[in-house]
Amino acid sequence: MKKSYKIDVDCAVCADKMEVAANKTDGVKNAVVNFMTLKMKVEFEDGSDPKAVMENVLANCKRVEDDCEIFL
Amino acid sequence: MNKKQKKTLIRIIISALLLILLTVFNKYLPFLQIGAVRFIVYMIPYIIIGYDILIKAFKGIKNKQVFDEAFLMAVATIGAVVLALYSGSGDYLEAIAVMLFYQVGEWFQSYAVGKSRRNISELMDIRPDYANIEEDGALKRVDPDEVETGSIIIVQPGEKVPIDGIIIEGKSTLNTAALTGESLPRDVKEGEEIISGCINETGLLKIKTTKEFEESTVSKILDLVENASSRKSKSEDFITKFARIYTPAVVYAAVALAFLPPIISLLIGNAPNWNIWVYRALTFLVASCPCALVVSIPLSFFAGIGGASNSGILVKGSNYLELLSKTKIVVFDKTGTLTQGVFEVSGIHHSEISEEKLIEYAALAESASSHPISKSLQKAYGKPVDRTRVSDIKEIGGEGVIAAVDGKQIAAGNDKLMNSLGVSCIDCRSVGTVIHMAIDGKYAGHIVISDIEKPTSKAAVKKLKASGVKETVMLTGDSKAVADKVAASLGIDRVYSELLPGDKVAKIEEILKNKGKNDAVAFVGDGINDAPVLRRADIGIAMGAMGSDAAIEAADIVLMDDDPMQIAKAIRISRKSLRIVYQNIVFSIAIKLLCLLLVALGLANMWLAVFADVGVMILAVFNAIRALFVKNL
Repeated sequence: MKKSYKIDVDCAVCADKMEVAANKTDGVKNAVVNFMTLKMKVEFEDGSDPKAVMENVLANCKRVEDDCEIFL
Repeated sequence: MNKKQKKTLIRIIISALLLILLTVFNKYLPFLQIGAVRFIVYMIPYIIIGYDILIKAFKGIKNKQVFDEAFLMAVATIGAVVLALYSGSGDYLEAIAVMLFYQVGEWFQSYAVGKSRRNISELMDIRPDYANIEEDGALKRVDPDEVETGSIIIVQPGEKVPIDGIIIEGKSTLNTAALTGESLPRDVKEGEEIISGCINETGLLKIKTTKEFEESTVSKILDLVENASSRKSKSEDFITKFARIYTPAVVYAAVALAFLPPIISLLIGNAPNWNIWVYRALTFLVASCPCALVVSIPLSFFAGIGGASNSGILVKGSNYLELLSKTKIVVFDKTGTLTQGVFEVSGIHHSEISEEKLIEYAALAESASSHPISKSLQKAYGKPVDRTRVSDIKEIGGEGVIAAVDGKQIAAGNDKLMNSLGVSCIDCRSVGTVIHMAIDGKYAGHIVISDIEKPTSKAAVKKLKASGVKETVMLTGDSKAVADKVAASLGIDRVYSELLPGDKVAKIEEILKNKGKNDAVAFVGDGINDAPVLRRADIGIAMGAMGSDAAIEAADIVLMDDDPMQIAKAIRISRKSLRIVYQNIVFSIAIKLLCLLLVALGLANMWLAVFADVGVMILAVFNAIRALFVKNL
């Protein structure tokens, strides 16, 4: 399953960090962060609950880049 | 400006004012010379401007993310403050100024990127906001999402057509500029299909929707454009990887710069000069921020894609934009791509009666058929066909038709038909489909029908060559004679004719095998029956995609228009974008390395380092925005 989320982040390096962090989160098959459109596209692994996974993604992103937001 | 930007701007102004006041009144205020007081007073603007950076750096350390910009700035400025305390100079100005300039740079970056992001998005935004439906005689605006298939919507002059459908009432002129980039007005009337995204210019239209909003052209295009920059190009990957190793590398270099020279100096018996080298190391950190690079590359691609889509060229990802710039071989499908795909009477030869009369007989005899050839005859005839004049129509499959028109026996068909009637016919040297005519068993001449070239095809091939394409190739299922003639008249280098659809894929594979290592092969087709070939080529370009979902799906680049000139334009846009990307990469890295070198040699101070950092970033962002301007390419 794929979902797209709006994000807010200030710099391109930070966006890249978010992408790396999101990809390391359990339940995420693939995540792509687009700094220009401020969107995060997440492909979830089968059987995972997007809502719960995204909470973790947000927490992981906050850890690497404090100044970011994902609008869930 | 958003809230965050406003807040930062206020902080910048306050701390800049404080800094100016402190510098001006420094001499007149004796208490500022007392060490502790001086420290506290100077720390006020420093905290105002830098508190978020310090907090972020602290959080970064806590979360083991030490190599980010906040960390670099925090270390550099705190280091400068500590140096000032340690050496007793009390020169805190530098630390504050560095933090201030850094924030100005960040603010500008955020503002410029935000602004260009909005500009580009606006350019691409063709989303209709509402649809009008009639309720109890009054117009009501509803969300296009809520309109069901088969509903009647009303589009007033000046409004966007929100959903694909068929016009059931009214006629008007449409502006398709938002879709094709070409503001050629198109006339539509009752019974015609209408595509969402066009702007209704003159008359009121009643439209019966044939699709849901989600499935409509405009949604498909928006979806495509919005997801375009998610596919990253090699240049972007390079920058990301570069940034990932660059920041830690710089930190280690700075540490080495702080410790190695003093230690070596000590070992050979000289004074270590710790403060000089630590200062240089801190300046090195300030100069090192890779933001110019990291922000300007995706911005250049985004601007290029935005500019292209505004010209009716939809690029599905920055990787394709990058690949397109390397295109050396362009392979065309013939019918519908270089030619119009509609058949027209191109010649009438050896006619025994007037040419109009011959066409008239042919059109009447063929009037019962719905074959494209019959249609083109009727088009050439130009008048409504009076079927009462025709009787005894006898179609002979694979040969032609025999019918009685105005009491005369008319035979229209190929040479086989003529042979079976015992009429000797004259062979035609022209290329195309030849219809021999016999009236009352006597040969009356023949009509040549052929597909006509698009008016811009020849110029397009020429422009492609001028844009750096080495070879143009044409693939077609048509006969060799027709293909060779078209190719010769358009200036195509190589032709492969009489190909079955499967053969086209094989040919593309052959071309792909023989191309140069860094060359890309683009295939241009109309997207309807070329999907496998579009997929197989390095870059698949579908043209005339208005309303064709298959094309949008299979191709990497979609030309809304069916004008072949757009291919050259797409290549030029990609070249321009890539040129800007490379300029930014080389320029930013070169300036950065130069700065780092100057700093390491002690030839530049922290001020210069920050100026260089912010300056390069601003220039790179401005340069990136240039990619948006593609109208005159």
